[in-house]
Amino acid sequence: MAVQFGYSINKSNTIDMDTAPRAMESYLLLHEPSFARCIGCGCCTATCSSGVFTQLNLRQIQLRIRRGETQGLLPEIQKCMLCGKCQMVCPRGVSTRNVVLSIQRALQLLS
Amino acid sequence: MKLAGKKRIWADYQKEIPQDNYFYVRSCIRQNFFPASEVTFLRILRQELGKDIYEHIHHTTCSGIGYHSDVIPLETTMTVVARQFALMTEAGYENYACSCITSFGLYSEILETWKHFPEVLEKVRRDLKAATGREFEVPKHLAHASDIIYKMRHEIASRARYKLVNRYTGQPLRVVEHIGCHYSKMFPSKGVGGAEYPYVLAGMVEAWGGEVVDYPERRHCCGFGFRQYLVQANRGYSVANTQKKFESMAPFKPDMIITNCPGCPYFLDRWQYVIAEMEGKTYGENGFGIPVFTYEEVAGLVLGYDPWDLGLQVHQTAVEPILDKMGVAYNPEKKYLGKDGQNLGHPETPAYSKVY
Repeated sequence: MAVQFGYSINKSNTIDMDTAPRAMESYLLLHEPSFARCIGCGCCTATCSSGVFTQLNLRQIQLRIRRGETQGLLPEIQKCMLCGKCQMVCPRGVSTRNVVLSIQRALQLLS
Repeated sequence: MKLAGKKRIWADYQKEIPQDNYFYVRSCIRQNFFPASEVTFLRILRQELGKDIYEHIHHTTCSGIGYHSDVIPLETTMTVVARQFALMTEAGYENYACSCITSFGLYSEILETWKHFPEVLEKVRRDLKAATGREFEVPKHLAHASDIIYKMRHEIASRARYKLVNRYTGQPLRVVEHIGCHYSKMFPSKGVGGAEYPYVLAGMVEAWGGEVVDYPERRHCCGFGFRQYLVQANRGYSVANTQKKFESMAPFKPDMIITNCPGCPYFLDRWQYVIAEMEGKTYGENGFGIPVFTYEEVAGLVLGYDPWDLGLQVHQTAVEPILDKMGVAYNPEKKYLGKDGQNLGHPETPAYSKVY
């Protein structure tokens, strides 16, 4: 930049669903169709054993996947201990454990 | 764009614009940003259309910038505005016409306040009398200067030397019209066409031969917004607003932008240079920006005024592409000559955005 302006252009927080990368979501819907039933209620996060000690938040992770915001997802999903308590309380019967495992596989395939 | 539906909506928001006898007040910042616009407005009304328009030497700021930046309380602003109305009353006028969009919004806000709270009006009358000895009448009509040009658009079109038509293709120029937020977003009934479909500039563009471009962020703010610009560190918000508009309009390939606000043409013009310097991106044809004009400048071009008399040399985004498309005659060697023939100096050449 030839000129120093003393500020920069703020990046927009707008999510354009027409252009957002949706490959992760498509992979999950294919390999764990119950993911489509998630209503984002957050029961999984409220009961999360790992969430007691870390910032793991499965509700937020599914939201990020739906928005195509998948950067930095691997260290988040690796916090899961696969205890399955989230699956027991899910009111929509989502196989959350398989969702977590599928996310890990998708991250390897899509990276 | 389904014009039938829009015309029905526009019909609900038609305001009464006086035909003649205006008390005119200038903008604080336009005289620095685009100094020839207000002169051109007066020239068109007085010399072309033979209207009576009066300026008072003692007119001051309306204090709108201070009010919208949270440094002046509304009560003080009301008394300042009451003094402007006193000047109008003393000069024998009833039709108040202002150059600035923020002033227009502020006057609309104050007149509405006085209408609903007459005790506030009486207090302002007492305060002004005590402070200055002046008395005032509330204007019979309040018009923004663009309302007046809108009303006279067909008369201007009948005298047009040039049209908003691409002389190379014969097609209408594609024009983005950008309305200042304070024109009708606060008080939709005070603007021609309301807040959502303001017609004031679209009407000019159509009357002068152009084609209005509709695009997703058409009603988005230019990014000025006072507070987010006044602090340097916050200017990223301002330029981000402008960038959002340009990203939205660029696919529709507009030839030019017409505005009716002091800040909008300035920011849409200058931020194109900043975006080009920061990100190397330009939005016009062949590496140029999209030329930005005030409505007075466009009216002046249509009437055949010399582009350098219209002050187009102070635009940062090159205006020559549109002059060439319209076929406007201009002398490049006189671009940076003052009225007395002295050289005004040549601006530095930017690294990315192309200039003539």
